Amino acid sequence: MRRQLSAEDAKFRDELREFFTTRIPEEIREAVRSRRELTKEQMVESQRILNAAGLAVPQWPVEWGGQDWTQLQRHIWHEEMALACVPPPLTFNTNMVGPVIATFGSQEQKERFLPATANLDIWWSQGFSEPDAGSDLASLRTTAVRDGDEYIVNGQKTWTTLGQHGDWIFTLVRTDPTAPKRQQGISFLLIDMTTPGLTVRPIELIDGGVEVNEVFFENVRVPAENLVGEENKGWTYAKFLLGNERTGIASVGATKRNLATAKQHAAELGLLDDPSYAGRIAELENQLLALELTALRVAGNSTDGKPDPASSILKLQGTVLQQAVTELAVDLAGPAALASGAGDTSELPEWARLATPVYLNYRKTSIYGGSNEVQRTIIAGTILGL
Amino acid sequence: MDFTIDAEQEALKGAVRGLLARAYPSSETRREVVTTEPGFGEDTWGKLAEMGLLGLPFAEADGGTGAGPVEVSLVAEELGRVLAPEPFVEAVVLAGGLIASAADDQQRASLLEPLAAGESVPAVAWLEPGRRWETRAEGVTATWANEGWTLTGVKEPVLWGARADLLVVSAATDVGTGLFLVTPEATGLTRDGYTTHDGLRAARVEFRATPATPLGDVSRDQTALLDAAVDAARVAYAHEALGAMSTALDTTVGYLKTRKQFGVTLNTFQALTFRAADMYVSLELARSTITWATIVLDAAAEGQDVDVPTAVAQAALQVSRAGRHIGQDAIQLHGGIGMTAEYSVGHYTSRLTAIEHLIGDGAFHRARLAARVSDHEVIDPIG
Repeated sequence: MRRQLSAEDAKFRDELREFFTTRIPEEIREAVRSRRELTKEQMVESQRILNAAGLAVPQWPVEWGGQDWTQLQRHIWHEEMALACVPPPLTFNTNMVGPVIATFGSQEQKERFLPATANLDIWWSQGFSEPDAGSDLASLRTTAVRDGDEYIVNGQKTWTTLGQHGDWIFTLVRTDPTAPKRQQGISFLLIDMTTPGLTVRPIELIDGGVEVNEVFFENVRVPAENLVGEENKGWTYAKFLLGNERTGIASVGATKRNLATAKQHAAELGLLDDPSYAGRIAELENQLLALELTALRVAGNSTDGKPDPASSILKLQGTVLQQAVTELAVDLAGPAALASGAGDTSELPEWARLATPVYLNYRKTSIYGGSNEVQRTIIAGTILGL
Repeated sequence: MDFTIDAEQEALKGAVRGLLARAYPSSETRREVVTTEPGFGEDTWGKLAEMGLLGLPFAEADGGTGAGPVEVSLVAEELGRVLAPEPFVEAVVLAGGLIASAADDQQRASLLEPLAAGESVPAVAWLEPGRRWETRAEGVTATWANEGWTLTGVKEPVLWGARADLLVVSAATDVGTGLFLVTPEATGLTRDGYTTHDGLRAARVEFRATPATPLGDVSRDQTALLDAAVDAARVAYAHEALGAMSTALDTTVGYLKTRKQFGVTLNTFQALTFRAADMYVSLELARSTITWATIVLDAAAEGQDVDVPTAVAQAALQVSRAGRHIGQDAIQLHGGIGMTAEYSVGHYTSRLTAIEHLIGDGAFHRARLAARVSDHEVIDPIG
């Protein structure tokens, strides 16, 4: 057992810290720090700077821009990025479709999509969930029917985050409605979002934001060459996608940063002298420490690239703490938490005005990426054998 | 950052597990042992000594094996798994640790050698009636008169205080807190032993002008020595709790798979399996912080500049939260059988509750951490 990072890893961390805090424009990092919404341009600019330095897709195969890092180094990379308020690379590109194409795609698909995906020249959207297929994803009904060299896609996807920026969408579509098991009739199809018949409609959320969308497919013709891997094997690729990325799943770095900011506000308000607030913050810090140590412990486990079932703990507790910190900010804001619609003439600080929308927005974290109830099902079934 | 143990440590863990599996093949065996005086297995104690475990943290010159906090934690965790009542933490880690750090050269080997050999079971009398987990002594006063020290006052609860053949007593002196040794035959010493709710033994110990020998240099305040020994014991207890929580969860999971109601096994009910999943999350989060506290203790032993008291408070708070969660739900998920003395799981809850009150409860450690909350921007365990 050893406490400190090795000299090599400590150097690695220092170099990343230096890069993140000096090379990403302060304006972008300040927007993240203040929990403002980033523009598409800011996200693209940040990811391109990272990509040019080999820091956008370290988890990919080396020949496609990945880094031969240890799990611990990936963890350090992710946490340092979060602590420095650098927006993480677009997860749909780097954690989701990129690894699927790199693992199951054809050589042509790899060459066509991977460099552009890493550099955010293509903005990917996710087309998995449907109005009647949420946690029960395999019940999806969007169909793709082969017609010569094309598929004709009909149906509807939903909860497509940042779909308004999307250039392409990776989808799960039903190609064999007669398959004996519903998981067996699903394929993984890449669709250009400018194709006729595809429409994106925003969904307004409870925080007033419009970050998610519905995507409608009406006789959308998709070249058959955009099928990833084999027809009717899409469920396998989707499972790979959903289980593939455990680095950063706990969001420890971002939550730490947000808690540090909340603590700063508490200090300014004199609330750190209030034992109930000091105790609550101490408790959150301790829970976050336990989570970070667990992430480090799991990062050290070798699982031969397979998802560690313990990542369910990280997702579950990670979102619990993300939400708890947003809740703390609302409580610290007090009456100022009402003023979400106030503009720059407001007497109230920006963080306090944003506190409630952020709190409401973060209710999503325990729902997306496999709801926390799905994670409990995995823990009970896969780990405990119940 | 490395949480893994090496091959030698793995072997030690396996050997301890084997020994304890033979000593406590069932919870019934444990019940027999704790209902018979002195409340632990003298034979088992001897076997622990033969294996070198009772001298684990002491220098070889003092009759020990010179191992560190990691080895101590492995033993404690195995004891916790089977709720072995042997006073390893009380005698070896707390009393032995205090003797090792406070004693002068002549005292040290003469006290630690018999402890390591299993011949002596020392106990530390530091908790006082009407107070919580403060290490500064108030209730027992040390007085210098006629070329000797005497102690007056009451300590309670003193774990294994009636069985111990040597008491290490914290007492108020003119300069703060001093540490003193008292032998069972000393005049003016009264020991009223009793059983604690988890089956172990404690005592009310009264001193009436009882002659005592200084442990080390009592002309200085020795509170910091007691703090350090108590903190090391807290980490060992935390591992004992970890072992106990782990068994409590395993037992519960096993029960859910086999117990039938409404014609089906209980694991058919999601309301129950989700609670078991949450217990697992608590256990693994606690395991991380507890193991980390041991790593910090180990780093301190190697002379690194680390903050041991904070790491101990962090682990202790986690023990409190996880121990209550797992202990309470282990009983609830069993239903009525979990309430019975005949069945094992309730004893685990009782022991977890006892451990929390030995190391300081959640409110106590949370307040310790809250007092330092302004000292840092973020907590960085690998910095």
